[in-house]
Amino acid sequence: MNPIRKKRLTLIGLMVAGIGVATWLALNAFDENLMFFFSPSEIAEGKAPTGHPFRVGGLVATDSVARKSDGLTTSFTVTDNAESVTVEYTGILPDLFREGQGIVAMGQLNQSGVFVASEVLAKHDENYMPPEVAESLKTAHDEAVGANQNQVSVQ
Amino acid sequence: MIVRFFHQMGSPRYFYGVAGKLIPWFMVSFLITLVLGLYYGLFVAPPDYQQGESYRIMYIHVPAAWMSMFIYVVMAVSGLISLVWRIKMTEVVVISSATVGASFTFLALATGSLWGKPMWGSWWVWDARLTSELLLLFLYLGIIALHSAIEDKRVAARAVSILALVGVVNIPIIHYSVEWWNTLHQPASITKFGKPSMDMSMLVPLLTMAISFKLYYGAVVLMRARAEIVERERNARWVQELVQEEAK
Repeated sequence: MNPIRKKRLTLIGLMVAGIGVATWLALNAFDENLMFFFSPSEIAEGKAPTGHPFRVGGLVATDSVARKSDGLTTSFTVTDNAESVTVEYTGILPDLFREGQGIVAMGQLNQSGVFVASEVLAKHDENYMPPEVAESLKTAHDEAVGANQNQVSVQ
Repeated sequence: MIVRFFHQMGSPRYFYGVAGKLIPWFMVSFLITLVLGLYYGLFVAPPDYQQGESYRIMYIHVPAAWMSMFIYVVMAVSGLISLVWRIKMTEVVVISSATVGASFTFLALATGSLWGKPMWGSWWVWDARLTSELLLLFLYLGIIALHSAIEDKRVAARAVSILALVGVVNIPIIHYSVEWWNTLHQPASITKFGKPSMDMSMLVPLLTMAISFKLYYGAVVLMRARAEIVERERNARWVQELVQEEAK
């Protein structure tokens, strides 16, 4: 490679590396702001902002969804399998909202520690499969769990 | 032999001829894979266990999003070669890719938005994945604008190459945004390592669509490159002869 080209290549290399480092530093500095939501554990640790609204994300706990008497307000628990937060929301829930489903809710904590949401978004996971496959997976899982329990009882 | 082939492809006249012969092949194979991919994706593949039929928009969305990043990388690499080795043809590739890249980015954003409304409950959210993809669209638009703002084609190509290289830092951010930060957008279903978390009956049409979109890009970039070559070399004798021949 002749010297001029070598020089140009080094310059471009330095430019791209410099921009890369600068971006990395900037993104690190704004890490908190880039988080779309906080997990219930982070809220428990006190990482979530208190003065203004934020988002909480996690799974809707099984058997936690309850409708209030006004028919529009839903109350449920969002969990990350370590900590959990009770969420109240008045309005129409998205199609994918169901127990065991990941959701992201926007709102604020009130004095009694209940998260009052103004918006609930469903978070889809990366798994795509036909209903029959999902069904057989579930059956296989249940059987495996059942077999384990049998073993425990035998022991 | 390969070295000789690349040397010849560096000559605009030779490239023009080869591209002209390749375009019909790209077009025909694009149409075949498109029809196959759409048919198997929209009619044969089973519905999703959670999303029902709505997931089928991914047969456009996912390949379009892949292409938006793939084309940008092609532009950045061609830009690097243009800046260091001053090869005319890579300059042509950079600018010929910009509009088709922008279109794919727009398509990915638009289809994602249409899917987001029923599934997430929102047309748009400012999470890291969506925001960085929007930034990619602006980068493409900036490249197109910068290119048309400079009269001298070679100066324009150099400016555009630098912009393309500056923006390339966004590509890993888009790709890893779903892992580095909490995002509403789901993580990748298909990764280079590890089993895809998608059923085979859905995966095969998706990959067919991905190949189809790549072939489309191939056809379009060659067409645009040919047009760009003719414009750049309009004073060259071979182009004038070509015009006279066409006129007959």
